[in-house]
Amino acid sequence: MNLRTASIPASPVDQDWRHVARWGVICGLVLVGLCLVGMPVELDKRAIIERYLSLGYVFVLIVPIIMGYVSATLVRLEGVENRQQGAFDLVTGFVVGLIGGGLLSLFMVALDSWNLRDPLVNWSPKLFRFLTYENGMGFGAVAWLSTCAVLGLIGASLHVVPALVRRAVSFTVLGLLFLSILEGAIDDLLEGFGLESLADWIYAKKGGLTPTSTIVVGLVIAVVSLVTRGQVKAATTRYREMEGAERQKASMLLFVVVAALCVVLPIFLGKIMNELLANVGIFLLLALGLNIVVGLAGLLDLGYVAFFAVGGYTTAVLTSPNSPWFAPELHFSVTLVFVVLAAALTGLLIGAPVIRMRGDYLAIVTLGFGEIIRLLFMSDWLGPYFGGAQGITNIPGVDLGFATVKGTDPRSVFYLVLVFCAIAIYTSWRLQASRLGRAWMAIREDEQVAEAMGINTVNAKLMAFVVGAVLASFSGAVLAAKVGSVFPTSFMILVSIIILVVVIVGGMGNIAGVMVGSFVLIGVLGGPKQPGLLQEFQNFKLLIYGILLVFMMLKRPEGLVPSARRTRELHQEEFLQDAWIKGDKLDSDDEDDEDDGGAEPSVAPAAMSGGGEGGEEE
Amino acid sequence: MSDRLLEIRNLKVTFGGLDALSGLDFDVDEGEIVSVIGPNGAGKTTFFNLISGLVAPTEGEILFEGDSIVGLDPSIVTSLGIARTFQNVRLFPNMTILENVMVAQHCRTSQLVFGALMQTKAFKQEEREIRERAEEVLGFFGHRLVGYRMDQPAFALSYANRRRLEIARAMATQPRLLLLDEPVAGMNPMETAELTALIGRLRTEWGFTIIMIEHDMKVVRDVSDRVVVLDHGVPIAQGSYDEVSTNPDVVEAYLGRPVEAKR
Repeated sequence: MNLRTASIPASPVDQDWRHVARWGVICGLVLVGLCLVGMPVELDKRAIIERYLSLGYVFVLIVPIIMGYVSATLVRLEGVENRQQGAFDLVTGFVVGLIGGGLLSLFMVALDSWNLRDPLVNWSPKLFRFLTYENGMGFGAVAWLSTCAVLGLIGASLHVVPALVRRAVSFTVLGLLFLSILEGAIDDLLEGFGLESLADWIYAKKGGLTPTSTIVVGLVIAVVSLVTRGQVKAATTRYREMEGAERQKASMLLFVVVAALCVVLPIFLGKIMNELLANVGIFLLLALGLNIVVGLAGLLDLGYVAFFAVGGYTTAVLTSPNSPWFAPELHFSVTLVFVVLAAALTGLLIGAPVIRMRGDYLAIVTLGFGEIIRLLFMSDWLGPYFGGAQGITNIPGVDLGFATVKGTDPRSVFYLVLVFCAIAIYTSWRLQASRLGRAWMAIREDEQVAEAMGINTVNAKLMAFVVGAVLASFSGAVLAAKVGSVFPTSFMILVSIIILVVVIVGGMGNIAGVMVGSFVLIGVLGGPKQPGLLQEFQNFKLLIYGILLVFMMLKRPEGLVPSARRTRELHQEEFLQDAWIKGDKLDSDDEDDEDDGGAEPSVAPAAMSGGGEGGEEE
Repeated sequence: MSDRLLEIRNLKVTFGGLDALSGLDFDVDEGEIVSVIGPNGAGKTTFFNLISGLVAPTEGEILFEGDSIVGLDPSIVTSLGIARTFQNVRLFPNMTILENVMVAQHCRTSQLVFGALMQTKAFKQEEREIRERAEEVLGFFGHRLVGYRMDQPAFALSYANRRRLEIARAMATQPRLLLLDEPVAGMNPMETAELTALIGRLRTEWGFTIIMIEHDMKVVRDVSDRVVVLDHGVPIAQGSYDEVSTNPDVVEAYLGRPVEAKR
């Protein structure tokens, strides 16, 4: 099948079947993979539409649709750049679904004949029952083959139909999914606003949407999506194209709205939601601190949890009556002074030996220090001082005179953490536009040149470490007051990694990005130990984190809400091209003094990055 | 003009058994423009790296205003008043042009975290001064680096402007001695002529003493008071341009020995 030499394909037979087969196999592998991970069975308990559809089935059924759509969009005829949408796409989607369903059926046969439960925990009769719908092998195979093929076809047809229809359909499906998955949050929110009856109407008693509400709400979403068509996009492009003062104004306005929401919303929310927000706040505070260290100064610190632990333990020792060695039972506000001191000291102690290292070395060594701190708190050696594995319990809440901030009242915790987040945001914002912030940026760009330009890089980097350490220790202090106890196990290496993922996925170097990142990851998926909105996903949280991270690195390395600087950095060519297309007055080599109209980005940016460390010699 | 600004005594550096520079003696007086020339691999850039502290010498002494600067960190050398540019333009490409010049004033300013957080008077005053000085330095290059360009990332600049920005950045550190590593490399004749004039003005208007590595002999002839020729890490000639350019050793270093003289 020598398709590469075929000039202009004329019939569906000439499609690049290898691509179709590839996507089909991918589709099948994803389906089988999901099953082996145990997602469908585990999530089968959670209803999406009462009695008709469970979350487990949604996860299986959505795969052929997505794969069908993606393959229809991506599979190209050889030699033809812009292909007409049409029957080819439908065939592609259908076949992809068919192959996927076929692989799933094969998997079912394997499931039925062998027992591989030993290495694969989810290789169970339960999975088989789930897949066959308890109707036997034959039924299951036929059902999945036809369902997947049809769903693949549906997915592909989404590519073929006009954008309008595609938008309406995808919005409706996703909207309903969100509505159902976020049932807890929405229920809570509606109750807070006194709309219990609406919640009762939308959601069934045992969870999930009722069939009537599915249809009605679906229609509403479809209509809304058609009405608002293009407006969101227009607004974001308008925002992007704003310049200077105008953009600043818009950003300010947005910030004020978000801040106001943060203050007002918790009043209407119930306990569970407030608990969730408090967790988001604690991790947001950590992420903001790490954002200074990684995003601004470019120091990849994988042991960030150490400062979190120091903050928590300092608070515990100084406020708890149960502290085993020294229990002054100070007030939280007094403790904060010592927390700052302890964190700064730890920052210096850890920072001083490792700060001369660069890049990967720094990451590995800080990783080690993060674990060392945790193991020290855990050790028998320091046990008499910090309680070892038993930790320190009975940490009192924060007595503010008019109210007490403690774990049983998550709303107060959220407000407390909000104050610290405000401090952190202010700090990052001010430091970014200061002498120190510029020095950090220069170090991130080229440490050797920064040094040659008169920046004492060791001092500047230590400063970044210390500022980050102090912010993290605040977070630790709040955590201690909230939970009422600290244990070494609360400060696992996982915390460091999850915060780093929050910063990267949100948008490194951008405060808004970090905020979005912590809401999406900690709020929706959950923190290392804290449940998020999607409590059903508890067991798959790390898997989803990993997939998300890989996906973001491939498709959008600058993060969900990127900073302008980082976008420019990662897309230098695009920046130059955009400027050129817009007729921006970019630089050109051959301009004369009287004529400034040159608009040619003449030098490839690659020439710039080629500098490197060595190779100085002529 | 007999103020010794830089004295170099018997400077030697060895990279894994290879003498990159051996036994260099070299003086620069206040207000001089000295060119260092020599074929590729002669050790010119190594010479700059040694002065600016990026490489430590194996033996020998470097005195700046009478004090030894051997073994000092590059940042301290810069704060003492020696600034350099790089042969293979090394700007901070993702920082704006203004930021590139502002950050170079780091060693002349002092505000830290507290001032930035509290927005103290001293902090605001210093920020204003940093910005004014940056604009002044950029303004030295005419309209090329100012205006709308100040807020563009450095990678968007043309090659010639990147070289200009490198010089501007070095100027912003407020040095007494300026080390220019091939300032006109890759520029067209017009730009070269323009920059040659600017190098002269750097001395007269800004009072810098300049050591320059350059391959363009026209530039060397036009601006330098003195020329030092390096070959294989050894100085083979010193003197005015005319003396050096007719020196048989120099000719040999560049072009090789004439055939008839080979015996």
